[in-house]
Amino acid sequence: MAIPGVSSATREARPAHDRRETGARVTGAHVAGTRETGTQVTGAPARSGRSVGDWKLGVVAATRAETPSARSILIDVPGWGGNVAGQHVDVRLTAPDGYTAVRSYSVATAGAGDRIELAVDKLPTGEVSPYLVEELEPGDELELRGPLGGWFVWRPTQPEPVQLIAGGSGIVPLMAMLRAHAASGSAAPFRLLYSVRAPEDVFFRDELEALSSPSLDITWVYTRAAPVGWTTSPGRVTPELLAATTLPARDAPMVFVCGPTAFVESVATWLVEIGHPAASVKTERFGGLS
Amino acid sequence: MGIFTRGFTGRAREQNPNLPPGQFLTEGFPVLSAGPTPRIDTATWEFTISTGAGAVQRWNWDEFMALPSEEIATDIHCVTRWSKLGTTWRGVSLDTLFAGVETTNEYTMVHSYGGYTTNVPLEDLTGGKAWVAFEFDGEPLAPEHGGPARLLVPHLYFWKSAKWVRGIETTSDDDPGFWEQNGYHLYGDPWREQRYS
Amino acid sequence: MTHLDGNALAGALAELFLGDMTLATGTCAGCGDEAELARAMVYADAPGLVVRCSRCGDVLMTVVRSPADTRVSMPGITILTLLR
Repeated sequence: MAIPGVSSATREARPAHDRRETGARVTGAHVAGTRETGTQVTGAPARSGRSVGDWKLGVVAATRAETPSARSILIDVPGWGGNVAGQHVDVRLTAPDGYTAVRSYSVATAGAGDRIELAVDKLPTGEVSPYLVEELEPGDELELRGPLGGWFVWRPTQPEPVQLIAGGSGIVPLMAMLRAHAASGSAAPFRLLYSVRAPEDVFFRDELEALSSPSLDITWVYTRAAPVGWTTSPGRVTPELLAATTLPARDAPMVFVCGPTAFVESVATWLVEIGHPAASVKTERFGGLS
Repeated sequence: MGIFTRGFTGRAREQNPNLPPGQFLTEGFPVLSAGPTPRIDTATWEFTISTGAGAVQRWNWDEFMALPSEEIATDIHCVTRWSKLGTTWRGVSLDTLFAGVETTNEYTMVHSYGGYTTNVPLEDLTGGKAWVAFEFDGEPLAPEHGGPARLLVPHLYFWKSAKWVRGIETTSDDDPGFWEQNGYHLYGDPWREQRYS
Repeated sequence: MTHLDGNALAGALAELFLGDMTLATGTCAGCGDEAELARAMVYADAPGLVVRCSRCGDVLMTVVRSPADTRVSMPGITILTLLR
């Protein structure tokens, strides 16, 4: 899971004009006012039948435990139409009294098709993630909006080497890239550095180990507890570790970093310090909401 | 359309006469922030009140701490729907700070370190309704909660209680502050649920 | 406080704009920096989303969502460019 950041919670029942049974296409935003250098745009939510901004109805197909606090959720979303590796989706939950909560989650899958996989880590004080991890069952319906975000993405047509760096559940959008890379037979060299607290916190372990090969090098970093027989003691990612285990700047890789804000902040700063152009480092932070 | 999500209720809501409409109770103290937390040294901190023609009152930290302060027990209500009941603060009443200020202006703009602004009618700041608070729960106010000092106007939504406050300017018109310019209510009474403009 | 990346704006801005606005380049009115909105800093633990320039920290944009509408203000963007 990632970026439970753009979130909203509204207590009131949704107003009548947030309905789309008419199928009306309302795409225009009107300029409500101008002050000084700024412009303010106000609009009712876009509600055309085909916009990514439109809410679609998905049905949970299956769930699978990933870690003691996280699980994968497979969802069939008619009309999804596929997504690029790295994109995310907004999920909207509605309570019986009309209360709604919206959260963003990265999609772990890529390519054509209407089935997507999310992987959600439960935040103990959260409102949405405990529901998704503990309550949601196959057959349940969810409202989704997406695919969203065309920036933190990897396409199989990109020839340059790729370095992926994940902290915790930040693996999710990078997993989509690894799957897209494997499925496409892309010749672009891929490397992954995956930092977790302890062995039981690894998402997609079996699949990652199966993907590991001469063309996909994986560096595992355990920050609090390492597996039995591990030769390095647990510790956080450092600038030295980054320099020693990731693709060097001279290979001109595209670098994708995803994880908690503090992790991403440090790693992105060090990457620039060891010579990567800032334009080649793409980041996706996720915060503590949800 | 919109469907109900089976088994989802959202945060526990309870009936409590001290909760304004649409609010839920929290035991924690959520940190909301529109930007980085400014680190303010009390050696350079100052607080001013101006009436439009330059500063008329100015206090440095030592002068401010020498003013009479009082303990405030109050409920606070954030527009993001959490309320916290029975919080305890220490601060200087704005009646004390405005004591020597002569103005015909009826409104104020509150300014913070970091650039945040919010507008409050002058009559909502005086009459024992507002303070510049420097302690929460018996401890110095933490930077993430607005320390070293923040405005406390607990009868309005908490975005009006500007963190890192550095000054109040009286104004003739009720000009909108930061959130008020960007879609939130000009006044913000939680009991009338004045969330959006 | 922590912040997110501009990527996180995609859903909220899709309520007003048809294109992917996180790919749009904005010019900061404060420092003149030109960057994709995806690279901006987004403070989300607030009454709305506050989007700041990753170079100078000035407020580029805010997004406030009420039950009835979505309000986007751009006090700090002089030019917003999206490739067709």
